[in-house]
Amino acid sequence: MANKILVVDDEPNIVLSLEFLMKQAGFQVRTASDGEAALAAIAAEAPDLVLLDVMMPRKNGYEVCQAIRANPDWRTVRIIMLTAKGREVEREKGMALGADDYITKPFATQEVVERVRELLAESS
Amino acid sequence: MLSDSIIIGSALSYMGVLFAIAYYGDHRADIGRSIIANPYIYTLSLAIYCTAWTFYGSVGLAATGGVDFLPVYLGPTLMAVLFWFVLRRIVRITKIHRITSIADFVASRYGKSGLLAGMVTVIVVLGILPYISIQLKAIATSFSLLRRYPMVSMAETAQHPVWSDTTFYVALVLIVFAILFGTRHIDNTERHEGMVAAVAFESLFKLVAFVTVGIAVTFGMFGGPADLFEQAATKPELAALMRFEAVPGGYGGWLSLTFLAMMAFLFLPRQFQVLVVENVNETHIRKAIWLFPLYLFIINLFVLPIALGGRLTFPQGGVDADMFVLALPMANHKPDLALLAFLGGLSAATSMILFETITLSTMVCNDLVMPLLLRANPRWLAQRTDLSGLLLGIRRAGIAVLILLGYLYYRFIGESYALVTSGLVSFAAAAQFAPPILIGLFWKRANRRGALIGLSGGFVVWAYTLLLPAMARSGWLDTGFIEHGPYGVELLKPYAVLGLDHLDPYMHAVFWSMLFNIGGLVFGSLLSRPDPIEQVQGSQFVNVLEQDRHDGDSLLWRGVAETADLYDLLARFLGPQRASEAFDHYAHQHNGYPLQADSRLIHYTERLLAGAIGAASARVMISSIVMGEVLSIEEVMTILDESTQVIEYSRRLEQKSRELEATSAELREANNQLQKLDQLKDEFISTVTHELRTPLTSIRAFSEILLANPDVSIEQRSQFLGIVVKESERLTRLINQVLDMAKIDSGRIDWHIEEIDLRALIQDAINSTSQLFRDKLVALHADLGDRSVIVVGDRDRLIQVIINLLSNAVKFCPDQGGEVTIRLHPLESRWRVVVTDNGPGIAADQHQLIFEKFHQVTDVHGGKPKGTGLGLPISQKIVEHHGGSIWVESILGEGASFIVDLPSKPNSE
Repeated sequence: MANKILVVDDEPNIVLSLEFLMKQAGFQVRTASDGEAALAAIAAEAPDLVLLDVMMPRKNGYEVCQAIRANPDWRTVRIIMLTAKGREVEREKGMALGADDYITKPFATQEVVERVRELLAESS
Repeated sequence: MLSDSIIIGSALSYMGVLFAIAYYGDHRADIGRSIIANPYIYTLSLAIYCTAWTFYGSVGLAATGGVDFLPVYLGPTLMAVLFWFVLRRIVRITKIHRITSIADFVASRYGKSGLLAGMVTVIVVLGILPYISIQLKAIATSFSLLRRYPMVSMAETAQHPVWSDTTFYVALVLIVFAILFGTRHIDNTERHEGMVAAVAFESLFKLVAFVTVGIAVTFGMFGGPADLFEQAATKPELAALMRFEAVPGGYGGWLSLTFLAMMAFLFLPRQFQVLVVENVNETHIRKAIWLFPLYLFIINLFVLPIALGGRLTFPQGGVDADMFVLALPMANHKPDLALLAFLGGLSAATSMILFETITLSTMVCNDLVMPLLLRANPRWLAQRTDLSGLLLGIRRAGIAVLILLGYLYYRFIGESYALVTSGLVSFAAAAQFAPPILIGLFWKRANRRGALIGLSGGFVVWAYTLLLPAMARSGWLDTGFIEHGPYGVELLKPYAVLGLDHLDPYMHAVFWSMLFNIGGLVFGSLLSRPDPIEQVQGSQFVNVLEQDRHDGDSLLWRGVAETADLYDLLARFLGPQRASEAFDHYAHQHNGYPLQADSRLIHYTERLLAGAIGAASARVMISSIVMGEVLSIEEVMTILDESTQVIEYSRRLEQKSRELEATSAELREANNQLQKLDQLKDEFISTVTHELRTPLTSIRAFSEILLANPDVSIEQRSQFLGIVVKESERLTRLINQVLDMAKIDSGRIDWHIEEIDLRALIQDAINSTSQLFRDKLVALHADLGDRSVIVVGDRDRLIQVIINLLSNAVKFCPDQGGEVTIRLHPLESRWRVVVTDNGPGIAADQHQLIFEKFHQVTDVHGGKPKGTGLGLPISQKIVEHHGGSIWVESILGEGASFIVDLPSKPNSE
């Protein structure tokens, strides 16, 4: 059974690239373009992992991260924050809110795929 | 029937009431709960200005001169307007220098000159006698008229011997009352709270009495004002009274009378006393400015009606017009009203006499008798241990002498004159103090010599032009010198000096005395050098409102006096109890007092003493016990110079520290600004980084995907490559705009300002964005007019603005049916470009925000519009650089209009 990935970003081109990469790696992929859409998608069917952009309209990544962690049903959902903001404090904030990993944009495609695989391997 | 006993009984009981009020007022003052410390009592006390002259004389004057009685009230009203500028200064000075009278004031201003104080006192005494005499005359005449009730006839004018003259007994009674009222103890401030309270009561009483008579005459004896004036109008000689043309002496006469009244209101001794010395609180002046004129207005309201009523009731004469107020109620058989009128007149006359003589006796004692005693026999004085009894004795004698002199004037001169005529002689005397006081308040250079010359000149002219003729007319001098001049010298005729013969006597006297007075003061001051003490006092008086410390003149005492000597001196004049209280007070304030008194303690003693015996005498007394003489001119000048330097230095220090404070405040502010800017810069960099990384992310991701997957389909390859290209363009655009923004912000941008055709420019912008419109199928309507529109600006930058607005408009148009309109039209001195779309519109709270860097209208369709968030901020900067403005008008859901206003080329239209 292929792991389910949710890609969340308000930049359609970035969503497109991540969707392509994840599918290529053999995952089941859904996408959302803002925070609320993301939470709706998770509520519909909890994914194994969320690739979560931070700066988004209608609930940013931090808020979505908090919402996921607040719901015990979703405690198995892995979260990788993706952000174009490179400062260390933002990384710390993401981790403190319960993200499992943190990747800075622009990212190396191989690295994203590897990190996703590692995390899913850990949790299983 | 009004028997003598009823009249005298009610008069005495009225005075008893007054005495009770005065006693109560003093008692309250002693326990520190003043009853006069409010502006209404203050204003009422000022109404001591209205004497028997007002009560009886105004009607008398109105009965023959019509509105001629008015200037005497117009003057004080005008002076009240000037209160805040003049009176406030005088009051402040008086408080600071513990001045006790007008003589003291003049003397203090001009170097504490004993000579000046004495001269002022002499002028006042001589000048005031006519005034006192008319009060006595009014009381006596009204009394003898009233006691004949129900007959209305004037007493025969034949001279009685003194012992059967009512006026004489009136004078005696008043002497007793004045002594009882005014000289119960010596106060070091010479304030009489009880007296003021009594005066205020009298003012109220005479007002009520006069208005009551006025109402009774107007509405009771006649059918109201209309009836009264109608009746009067039928008689030509009365009709003339109601017109201004009746004024004898013309407007010049009015002017001089008004001036006299203005000055008298301030400088008659009793006026100075109530206005200045008895003033409890400077702020009361504010209310008096309008309240006192109101009082005058009310008391004058019925003057003309009573005068006309009198003329109508007594057409054959026989009743002195001065007595109409009393005669009218009598003629109409209203004894109660007549008695009220009599008491009202009595109140007006007595308050003047009591207060004036008490004030004057203090002046006579402090400024005339004491200095003479000091000079004549200092040793005798020095041997007496308690002089307060002596002071009281002198004052009591002074009161008696003054009232008796007033009686003599009445008996030998005044009897043949109307009330008003005699009063004006006094007014003219009081006006002599106006130049030394008023000029001395504002002109530092005015000095003692000038004041002496001016005052004596003015006084001599006054005596020559007013007093001597009055004596002559009463038969005491040969009247020949009035008609032909002394020794036949026509140029010296007292009513026409130097041939100036077309003025009435008062105006004539005012003109010449003021000329001599002011001239003497000004030239005397300019031609002589003032003593240091005159300089000190002069600048203290002139600068009184600016000062807050007043010990400048303590400089003038050098070093050593035995404290015990000072104490003895004070005890001698104030009595041991008050002296020891005063020293205790000093010790309390200064942590004890030294055995050898310093200049501060000497000055303190001098001021206390000045309160009791006047500034000039106090100075003499102090100097007799201060060891080492008063400083020489040079020494004082040096000290003054030094202290001026110190003041200047400390002023500069203050200035410096104020500047420092301001600077540090500026620094703080700048620092805050910098911190804010720093924060903004941080945010800016963070935002720019984010905006740069976003396209870079796509570019890198798709490049790596393409590199790692050479086998993707041809469609996918070109889709991905297309994305890479688009995102690269976005990156380029962004970098350019960030650089633009940075350039504009830092001012390093090169502007190529020239005349450009705005219409052509817009057309170019439309051409370069036409592809965008075609791609999104948006219709563009351009309404640009048909003439070229010349503005001055940078072509490339302005086209950037228009392109930005057009591409934004396209961006926000709906996917179907998008429409954009661009219009160009003139306004007054501006050109307006409006770009309108039919997109989603912009919420009002966003209208400002969209012009901030990197702010984007988020999420209307859910998606994020492509843009850098710098287009509008850059456009705004460009437009503002051209002196124009840019803003948006929009309602959410109804499209948006971006409006650019640019100034049209100057002189192009």
